Amino acid sequence: MTEVALQPEHAGAPSAAPGARPDFQIVPLKGLPIVAAVFVALVVAIAANRYWPLEFLHVVFGSAWTIIDLFLGLVLGPVIGRMSIPARVELTTRLMPKLLLIMPTVVTVTLAAGWQLGHLLGTIDSSHPMHGWIVASYVVVGCMAVIALGLLEPANVAVLFELKKPHPNPAVIERLMKRFLYTAGVTGVMQVATFVIMTKVATA
Amino acid sequence: MSERRLPPVGMTSLALIVAGGIYLSAHLPREVPLTPAVVLLVASALLLAGNLMALARVHGFAWWRFAQVGKWALLAYAITAGLIEYAFLRNGVSGGVLVVLTLSLVVYAVHVPVLIAFTVARYEEPVPTR
Repeated sequence: MTEVALQPEHAGAPSAAPGARPDFQIVPLKGLPIVAAVFVALVVAIAANRYWPLEFLHVVFGSAWTIIDLFLGLVLGPVIGRMSIPARVELTTRLMPKLLLIMPTVVTVTLAAGWQLGHLLGTIDSSHPMHGWIVASYVVVGCMAVIALGLLEPANVAVLFELKKPHPNPAVIERLMKRFLYTAGVTGVMQVATFVIMTKVATA
Repeated sequence: MSERRLPPVGMTSLALIVAGGIYLSAHLPREVPLTPAVVLLVASALLLAGNLMALARVHGFAWWRFAQVGKWALLAYAITAGLIEYAFLRNGVSGGVLVVLTLSLVVYAVHVPVLIAFTVARYEEPVPTR
């Protein structure tokens, strides 16, 4: 990971763009132990197969996923659009590396804990009376996963590599950031459908 | 460097693999005909392979960056695929369903890093610049 995060040719490269760009790691190495700890907690919760830890992980991380998506797409996106270019670059260089760790972690924990929770409660069993709603949630989550994995995550990584260059191309950054924020907004709106389904199942 | 015209490394094969996963998951724990899931899996793998072969013919593609990003992304997505596989094994998924789901996870764990590496490399110079 250090090769990506700490390449000497990039890590100390002086900024040639107007306005100083803060140096940053594409993958913030300090965050990796936290991600590892979360994944260990997930494995323990699945192995224990107990209601509370699975419910906690699924609800907390699922809520975080929804809120981050909605906030990025519907609140932060328009705000960034009105910021000056240097401010936009500074925000991007500070925000995007963190999202590179946060989003895959949040998504993986939500889905894996949710699957195990569904197994424990019997809702993923095809004979369950609410199974139709659960399958609907698979479809919604499947669509969100394709958008997030196919568009959002690659744009996140690519914009960071562009910002690491001695002479970043503003058009490329603009294009990738737009793609990132739009797809975050779309998945955020689709998350509302997940909320409808999950509350329906939980209260049935 | 502006965006160059490159063969598409698209999301269709990812969508196919997700569709297969939804199909299998929706039928658990009942017996489920595997043919639709196998068809989706094979179509997804072939599409991904076709995309990569078309890309391999492109001159001036930044393969150095593709490999650099791809290997770390592969590690990250292998870990997440492993966690999902663990959840399936923990729930007693077995037999043909497990084989298809595992192979689907393999395609997922390769495809997403390819998409990430491709997106980064398309804006990169063919050879590293200092």
